Amino acid sequence: MRVPLSWLREYVDLPATATGRDVQEKLIAVGLEVETVERLGEGLKGPLVVGQVLTIEELEGFKKPIRFCTVDVGQANGTGEPQEIVCGARNFSVGDKVVVVLPGAVLPGDFKIAARKTYGKTSHGMICSGDELGMGDDGTHGIIVLPPEYEVGTDAIALLELVDEVLDIAVTPDRGYCLSMRGVARETATAYGLPLRDPALLDVPPPNAGGYPVQVSDPMGCGRFTARTVAGLEPEARTPLWLQRRLQKAGMRPVSLAVDITNYVMLELGQPLHAYDRTTVSGPIGVRRATPGEQLTTLDGTKRVLDAADLVITDDRGPIGLAGVMGGANTEIAAAAADPETGRLRGTTDVVIEAAHFDALSIARTARRHKLSSEAAKRFERGVDPEAASAAAQRAVDLLVLLAGGTAEEGVTEIVTPSGPRTITVSADHPDKVAGVAYGRETVVRRLQQVGCDVYGQDELVVTVPSWRPDLSEPNDLAEEVIRLEGYENLPSTLPLPPAGRGLTERQRLHRRVGRALAGAGYVEALNYPFTGSHVLDQLGIEQDDPRRAAVTLVNPLSDEEPDLRTTLVPGLLGALRRNYGRGTHDLALFETGPVFRASGDEKPASRLVVDRRPTDDEIASLDASLPQQPRRAAVVLAGGREQAGWWGEGRPANWADAIEAGRTVAREAGVELIVRQDQHAPFHPGRCAALLALVDGEEVLVGNAGELHPRVTKAMSLPERTCAMEIDLDRLERAGTGPLRAPKISAFPVATQDVALVVDDSVPAAEVESALREGAGELLESLRLFDVFTGEQLGAGKKSLAYALRFRAADRTLTAEEASAARDAAVATAVERTGAVLRG
Amino acid sequence: MSAPNKSYDPVEVEALKPEEIAARLDEALAAIAAADDLEALREVKVAHTGDRSPLALANREIGALPPHAKADAGKRVGQARGRVNQALKARQEELEAERDARVLVEEAVDVTLPYDRTPAGARHPLTTFMERVADVFVAMGYEVAEGPEVEAEWFNFDALNFVPDHPARQMQDTFFVQGNGTEGDESGVVLRTHTSPVQARTLVDREPPVYVVCPGRVYRTDELDATHSPVFHQIELLAVDEGLTMADLKGTLDHMVRALFGPDMKTRLRPNYFPFTEPSAEMDMVCYVCRGESVGNPDRPCRTCSSEGWIELGGCGMVNPKVLIACGVDPEKYSGFAFGFGIDRMLMFRHNVEDMRDMFEGDVRFTRPFGMEI
Repeated sequence: MRVPLSWLREYVDLPATATGRDVQEKLIAVGLEVETVERLGEGLKGPLVVGQVLTIEELEGFKKPIRFCTVDVGQANGTGEPQEIVCGARNFSVGDKVVVVLPGAVLPGDFKIAARKTYGKTSHGMICSGDELGMGDDGTHGIIVLPPEYEVGTDAIALLELVDEVLDIAVTPDRGYCLSMRGVARETATAYGLPLRDPALLDVPPPNAGGYPVQVSDPMGCGRFTARTVAGLEPEARTPLWLQRRLQKAGMRPVSLAVDITNYVMLELGQPLHAYDRTTVSGPIGVRRATPGEQLTTLDGTKRVLDAADLVITDDRGPIGLAGVMGGANTEIAAAAADPETGRLRGTTDVVIEAAHFDALSIARTARRHKLSSEAAKRFERGVDPEAASAAAQRAVDLLVLLAGGTAEEGVTEIVTPSGPRTITVSADHPDKVAGVAYGRETVVRRLQQVGCDVYGQDELVVTVPSWRPDLSEPNDLAEEVIRLEGYENLPSTLPLPPAGRGLTERQRLHRRVGRALAGAGYVEALNYPFTGSHVLDQLGIEQDDPRRAAVTLVNPLSDEEPDLRTTLVPGLLGALRRNYGRGTHDLALFETGPVFRASGDEKPASRLVVDRRPTDDEIASLDASLPQQPRRAAVVLAGGREQAGWWGEGRPANWADAIEAGRTVAREAGVELIVRQDQHAPFHPGRCAALLALVDGEEVLVGNAGELHPRVTKAMSLPERTCAMEIDLDRLERAGTGPLRAPKISAFPVATQDVALVVDDSVPAAEVESALREGAGELLESLRLFDVFTGEQLGAGKKSLAYALRFRAADRTLTAEEASAARDAAVATAVERTGAVLRG
Repeated sequence: MSAPNKSYDPVEVEALKPEEIAARLDEALAAIAAADDLEALREVKVAHTGDRSPLALANREIGALPPHAKADAGKRVGQARGRVNQALKARQEELEAERDARVLVEEAVDVTLPYDRTPAGARHPLTTFMERVADVFVAMGYEVAEGPEVEAEWFNFDALNFVPDHPARQMQDTFFVQGNGTEGDESGVVLRTHTSPVQARTLVDREPPVYVVCPGRVYRTDELDATHSPVFHQIELLAVDEGLTMADLKGTLDHMVRALFGPDMKTRLRPNYFPFTEPSAEMDMVCYVCRGESVGNPDRPCRTCSSEGWIELGGCGMVNPKVLIACGVDPEKYSGFAFGFGIDRMLMFRHNVEDMRDMFEGDVRFTRPFGMEI
């Protein structure tokens, strides 16, 4: 809502010195979000005067038609001589009154005016357009042509009310009444402690039977309908400047007098009005729900197919308006136009004014259904004061009589569905309890009365809320009114004492640890958007029946390319990797932790549960069952160097082993020792892919995959060669966690070290050799480490040699050489038996 | 020296004469002083303290003396040998120190050499900042609650008093999830538009008193630009207990901004509207960058607060009793307060992040300097 300060002063006697910023501050304190204060005409300096065009000479030979004019500006130029002005606009003729800015003046935007040579003439000033004066464009892009009654030489700064301040207020949904000058004025009056001149306090004639016939067949949708008629409007009547200017400052464009008046009254009182050309309405006006398939062309020229829930205004022929949202084109007020035969102006002479009150929800649904947001709908959705309808109709009638020379007809139609006043019972100290402040009953009552409530009672107050505040329905609503008017800034600051808490859960600590461990291992966290599309899975070479294809899809994605939510973290990370690479960072290690989303395919729609009680456990379970799985994952991607070359020696490229190690790093934080197996799984290189498994309740469970990406994938996604990745499921890892660690027993007896080298077939996984050695070595084995892998001609093709260091130690004695050797031999024997290993040299 | 014993027939032993001993001593001391490295000193040591050194030989002669002369001569030789050993030791230390100094100089390195062998990793500042905010409340006894990002509309809207078709529901530009069945079927599922559904989940799950914070990721249909992102982060706070007031809310906010931004920070509440709180307020804090000094000071404009002096942090208020009812909490017995605010914006002004996009593009140059904690 844009509120011109000059207009606001009409209802509240603000201090003469109060600036827009002062008012802004006061209104913010009582809860109106005044976003900006626009200073109109800032820096504007005259002379800016009314002139009359005396002569027009068309200049030829330029790219566009140019006029050289003489303009009478009276004594404003000091000489009384005609002012010579070059002008590019064409929407005026000799004799027209125009706005002239003279040399020495400054227009908004620090536009200094001086005599200057142009198009071979000297222009002593300028004939102004609305834009140039900061009035907003009137849609014609031409200069302003004033009504003829203004005197030549009159100061146009005052005439056009060019200097003003406009408050722009973002009205919250509960404050519908502040979508009017009346509402904002009420808040301003309260904020300043000044009386309000309520513009809705008008003398309104009582309803009678002589008004325009109206039939409301849906009183739930339309609780009130006032119809008034004004006849004999003069087609040549124009919207006066002051009214035009108020509309412009409030952000609306002047159209024609009758329409401007309905808009003006809406801005003033908050009641949307509609004016029908009576000659085009056939028979009684009706209000009903549309029949499905009915059609209506609205004022914006769009033909709309109506829904059975749409509330419509009708006449004998069918719908003539979408109630409370937009009128129909077939009963539109006709703009005045010259009759081709007589040359006389013709236009709408008789109008029916509608001031109705429609159900907020119904209007909101219709506006949304037809994607049609109008000033009227915006107000009805937020609640309009039903008691203001007849005053608004009266105000429109008065203005039509005053400005358009019309005659108010005596008939007054008013259809009202009776509804009692709304009352709330609240204990007088309720606001005190909510705020934590002792306001006392007297203050509470006074503040509620300022809001417009009637208050009765002592300890228990019976509060009748004003008709313009449909948002006030609960005791806390009244508490808010008291507290905001007493000032949120005066609330004390106290700290409650929560019961002792338990700190973070194990799961929360795990998530933090995983992040720290990966960062500690050199990975940089990236937070990627979860939006993706199936083309990404195609690039990754993921099969059509892969569970990663079971994506959650959005109805309204930002991009049609990415309608799905991620089912894996890897693509997002690869995108970030590619972006970094493109920006010149080539050694990259990135990680992300977060949920992925997996649709099971049989989620039922989530029900709209009631809100007047807690849902049952079954109802909550059914809501949860309607949601996709959202397991939490961790993933890394790597490319380029894992270690850099430098004065210390060579660098080392990142490889599949780093990716798998990242998996182990994550798993260790969960207290899980991973089992690593050879695997073949998109998007990985078929020979360089590991399955990561963990024991959950004694069963091996797949928790992730790691390795080098398939060369086809790196090519398809324009990634660096040998890019590696790992992804692991944190929820599964959490289940595999073994609880508190038992401390190891440390033996102080000396260690016995034995090395063995075993030759096995290439196809034998090192992990199998290792587990065989461990098992064979028995209890004395303290640790075992693979320190070399060797292949070469001596071994023969298809063979590899694995060299292990075994460390033996007993808890209770120094091992003899024989004992250590025996343990080693046992280890080797098991490996030989299990893996076909041969002990080397 | 004892007085000469006239009754004794002295045996003249040349080597034990005082002047002889003194001469040997001087020779030894001179040789020690002349030794200019440890090797030379070792030779000197052998020559002057070894078995065949003059003083050692002299010492052997003592046995040939008559008893009354032995003590005298022994004392003389002993003192001389003592001084030689002392001098040797001193010189030894001197030479070792010289050698050490020389070798350690030779071993010196340029410690200013860089060592960026394994580049450091880092956590994202949004992650660590959310943890930091959460920790402020955990220290006060609050617990951290969590909820799903893909959420039922009932939790995201209905339970929080967002009436269907009410304009408030349209204020939040929502991503809707497609239903399973035929096209157009409403799933009743959305990407959560705020962290507030966790309030409802918590109240449905737990008996009051409830004191929780819920940090997390949320979604609105905004295109990414310098100040907006379709994916952003919030932290939500909910306290439900007997007798909680707006003053408690104000105190909790004050504590939070002081813990995060410094002891001289202040908050301001302005009336506002949210369906799930009543009364509701917008919460501002003094501009972290200009501390309010840009207000009315055109020479020192502040981009962070647009020279308003205050920064909007988020919404708050007393939990609407309708929310308590929908979650099964008795509003006659309990009251509560809640607030929620955008972590991303807070991070932006706390760390002078000028473009929202920097936080979501995953550029390591942005994230790495933030390290493990902020």
